[in-house]
Amino acid sequence: MSTTVSTEKPGTSSSAAGRAGDSVFSGLSLAAGILILVVLAAVAMFLFLQAVPTFTAAPGDVTGGKGFFAYIWPLVVGTLIAALIALLIATPVGILVALYISHYAPARVAKPVGYVIDLLAAIPSVIYGAWGATVLAPALVPLYTWLTGYLGFIPFFGGPASQTGKTMLTAGVVLAIMILPIITSMSREIFTQTPKLHEEAALALGATRWEMIRMSVLPFARPGIISSIMLALGRALGETMAVALVLSTGPLIPSLIKSGNQTIAAEIALNFPEAYGLRMSELIAAGLVLFLITLVVNMIARAIIARYKEFSGAN
Amino acid sequence: MSKRIDVEHLNVYYGDFLAVQDVSMNIEPRSVTAFIGPSGCGKSTFLRTLNRMHEVIPGAYAEGKVLLDGDDLYGKGVDPVTVRSMVGMVFQRPNPFPTMSIRDNVLAGVKLNNKRISSSEADELVESSLRGANLWNEVKDRLNKPGSGLSGGQQQRLCIARAIAVKPEVILMDEPCSALDPISTLAIEDLINEIKTDYTVVIVTHNMQQASRVSDKTAFFNIEGTGKPGRLIEYAPTSEIFNTPQKKETEDYVSGRFG
Repeated sequence: MSTTVSTEKPGTSSSAAGRAGDSVFSGLSLAAGILILVVLAAVAMFLFLQAVPTFTAAPGDVTGGKGFFAYIWPLVVGTLIAALIALLIATPVGILVALYISHYAPARVAKPVGYVIDLLAAIPSVIYGAWGATVLAPALVPLYTWLTGYLGFIPFFGGPASQTGKTMLTAGVVLAIMILPIITSMSREIFTQTPKLHEEAALALGATRWEMIRMSVLPFARPGIISSIMLALGRALGETMAVALVLSTGPLIPSLIKSGNQTIAAEIALNFPEAYGLRMSELIAAGLVLFLITLVVNMIARAIIARYKEFSGAN
Repeated sequence: MSKRIDVEHLNVYYGDFLAVQDVSMNIEPRSVTAFIGPSGCGKSTFLRTLNRMHEVIPGAYAEGKVLLDGDDLYGKGVDPVTVRSMVGMVFQRPNPFPTMSIRDNVLAGVKLNNKRISSSEADELVESSLRGANLWNEVKDRLNKPGSGLSGGQQQRLCIARAIAVKPEVILMDEPCSALDPISTLAIEDLINEIKTDYTVVIVTHNMQQASRVSDKTAFFNIEGTGKPGRLIEYAPTSEIFNTPQKKETEDYVSGRFG
């Protein structure tokens, strides 16, 4: 009602212009929203259509000669192992660094540390790869020799250890360093947003600083921590260059300190330039599988966050 | 339970800024003491020095003595964590832990410092604390639901239950009713009258009727102007403050002729 009135009144042209602006802006934001869906659908379509020849090809024609499934599952397992190693290292370290910056460090220390962590995110992955292959890998060789000497009975540390250090564990460590800033900066952001009220509630009950963090900061930040881990996992799953440079690839083996294993992203990058025909289709099918994995990871993350909604403090 | 508080020549600073100047007062056990005064006069700051909660603010520190039955809260080697488990606090806005159930909220303080209690003891403590806060009948059927689902007044009583569950000597309340409707306010005021039989209660309030309804003694704080420290102007039995104040400033404030 009020809108029709204002159009009839003279001298309200500014509000009429405001309405035109409104419709322009809502149109733009709608278009942006649709664009995202179109791009997503187009990518999925492309992956699927290009991958179809692989699924219909005779098993003998696929790389390895035993069909697509036999070809892809070692890569899937390799991808998951690399990402898992990275998460196992980066999650505790990232959360501790974030807590240090947000709740322990004096302001003049916290700021620089925060900047340095953010700087880690700005380093291109090819540089991480080069550093991992030339510096980190040789440096880890003594550790691997030690691991296989004392813990060799565990399949993960089965020997003989690689003498170049270009192993799955090295790749995982490099990935961990790469995803550390994602976890740290997102967690830090959410830690500092913890309501003062909740922190004071804990302190006033006689909580120590650690107990206060456990009672108010971590529960408040849990959905944020989970999202940061999932975001980091997405990066680790899809990371190509660092793994391609660091890992000396080979068939799937349980040992993490021998040459061997491969991830989907690195497999695609290393073979794509020379691929044509069915081989190209195989690699795109591998990409489709990677796409599905990250999709599932994201849906699991959303499910976890939704489960705690009632207790989230948002109400 | 319930100890007396003696404050001797207390100055509170925020960095270089002197926020509260030279306050001395004696607070009797099992009584309600109200702090009144205009905004920014330092009454909340002073309240926080009674359990060292002002130290949460960077740069804040206090000089002088606060004695709890003769023990100096600011003595060497006194841990603020211990102080706060003896002197509980209820805040302006209700702040139950949103991720915890009602039951866990009540037990939050008890479970601190790695103390363990059996589940039957815990059940008893939850019931007695919630009864003590006049909340038991309203929540006994939903103890495992989140505390944030309660109304504002219920949340504030949950916070009081949480504070009395750790069996403190003193309970500080920083404008506990300012975010509540009149009916919830009345419930909290009734509660204050009940818990003063067991605890020393100190309450900051902007509501002078509230001060006259709930308190035995009233302290009036004032400030000369912005940038000046807050001071204790008059401290006397509540009826005296409101009916026969000794100082002109107090009279102006309580009669509404302030400023």
